[in-house]
Amino acid sequence: MSKDIVLSIKGVDRTYVDEDGGAVEALRGINLDIKRGEFVSIIGSSGCGKTTLLRLIAGLDAPEAGSIALEGEPITGTDPHRGYVFQQGSLFPWLTVEKNIASGLVARGVYREQKADVARYIELIGLQGFEKAYPHQISGGMAQRVAIARALINRPSALLLDEPMGALDSFTRADIQDKLLELWRKNATTMLLVTHVVDEAIYLSDRIVIMTPRPGKISEILDVKMEHPRHRGGPAFLSLRRDILEKLNLASAAPQPEYII
Amino acid sequence: MNIFSLEKRSAIPPLLKQGRASKRRVSNAGFLLLSLLSVAGFVAAIFINRLFPQIAEVKISAYAIGAFPDLSINQAYQIVLGGLILLYIGIAVFSFFDEARREQFIKRVPFRFAIGLALALWDVLGTKLQSLPQPFFPGPAKIIESFLMEGPYIWQNTLYSLRLFAVGFLVGVAFGVGTGILIGWFPKVYYWVYPVLKITGVIPAVAWMPFALTLFPTPFLAAAFLIVICAWFPVAFLTAQGIQSTPKVHFEVARTLGAKTPYLVFRVAIPHALPQIFTGISTANAYAFTTLVMSEMMGQPGGLGYYINASKVWSAYYKVFAAIIVMAILFSLIMKGMGMLQNHVLRWQRGLVK
Repeated sequence: MSKDIVLSIKGVDRTYVDEDGGAVEALRGINLDIKRGEFVSIIGSSGCGKTTLLRLIAGLDAPEAGSIALEGEPITGTDPHRGYVFQQGSLFPWLTVEKNIASGLVARGVYREQKADVARYIELIGLQGFEKAYPHQISGGMAQRVAIARALINRPSALLLDEPMGALDSFTRADIQDKLLELWRKNATTMLLVTHVVDEAIYLSDRIVIMTPRPGKISEILDVKMEHPRHRGGPAFLSLRRDILEKLNLASAAPQPEYII
Repeated sequence: MNIFSLEKRSAIPPLLKQGRASKRRVSNAGFLLLSLLSVAGFVAAIFINRLFPQIAEVKISAYAIGAFPDLSINQAYQIVLGGLILLYIGIAVFSFFDEARREQFIKRVPFRFAIGLALALWDVLGTKLQSLPQPFFPGPAKIIESFLMEGPYIWQNTLYSLRLFAVGFLVGVAFGVGTGILIGWFPKVYYWVYPVLKITGVIPAVAWMPFALTLFPTPFLAAAFLIVICAWFPVAFLTAQGIQSTPKVHFEVARTLGAKTPYLVFRVAIPHALPQIFTGISTANAYAFTTLVMSEMMGQPGGLGYYINASKVWSAYYKVFAAIIVMAILFSLIMKGMGMLQNHVLRWQRGLVK
């Protein structure tokens, strides 16, 4: 195993029992290696197991077969070395923006030593002046930025993002995408993003993992060889977009003019 | 609420404060006029008391109180009205400089005016004409006579009640929160304790009175025990519910941040349960007042309930009213204090729940 592999997933299976007692294969034979500092997106329709995979990596759930290792250490449970950003509504409503961001430090018992980081991360996400605001007083986009800062303050080896922009409008979404890229570049954190938005995956990632459902498995891994900042309307962008849509069986039904270059 | 919290709130950009702005603005002159109207009813009550002829034959006793060697009950009544006038003028001056407080003050003007007139009417019917059935409905001056007659004794009984309430209620709430957390967190405790809580909780606490009186060495401890169990039930019940209804995502967030069990209990589940804990505490508060007075009426050597019972025996209904007024003031102050504590602890909910 190469030294710059941060996260290594080998032969992971996960089966659920649904309400009727039937077995649902959420994941089958997942193999994936993620390099240090890489930005990887996992894309697929709902039910393809992408969130399940992310939860396994976070240690919120355990696989039935196979192994997941971070820096060569097998994952047995949750750990602050893997930050996790949830879809929405995950901020603690009883804590201010500042205290929410600090909660990672408090949970690890290092708040006193690293108190100064809180102000730094608030600045990093551009929320100065909102330190004392409660989550219900800020917008959804701001709340997700706080959630990202809260996960990053623990300086995780890998940041796992579970559709963090899923509930946002497209303007806020674009704004957070740029913020993510900025944080990624500044902190050199390895990012693993689960999304169902093709443009988002292309705009952000070095590699895109395409998953298909029933059973959830990786169907293809694509490299994105484009320089940042990427032009959302550029020819390379659009051609990759068409490729991915075809692989997800979304483009085949009726060719739309916008997919034709 | 206080300067401290105002300062904190001002850190939030003005955009977030919208909706707090007042709807109606009152000119300074208008506010002055309304302030005068607010006390006009009480002024009228003083004039009625002074000028209305004493038609019925009522003994207007006088007492030597402090600097007053010969204070008649009518004069004492006028002093009380004067005190109310000063109180409301004070509140008016205090509210003058704050838009929100002004609005609050103005809203209550008609009510205060009506209270003044109602006192005047009561004075006429109860004392001047004495057309209300006696001795059940004495005039306001007669009720004030209780305080002139045995003020220190009433005070002593008030302190007894307060002490009993404080001991019973605080211990009950502490027990309630404790068991609530255990029931909410540990499935085993839920299985064994929750049914017991559900069955015993619906029994009015005073039903245990005969046992309490025999099991405890002093009547005070017996009554305190009753207040403990009546406060315990709603607090435990709602605390358990609040803990159990914590969204899973909050626990998962905390775990991915590196939190261990103590953090999950004390910094996730309990803060989430706090609104419900406070609902339980206010319910417990109301139960505790009832249990307090009932147990005092059924065998305590002191307390306002005891005072009511003792006065009733002598048909001194004006003393019963005096005790009721003390209770009204005391219990309102306790509720008010509890409300302030709740507002402070749950300040994160401000604007979230209407």
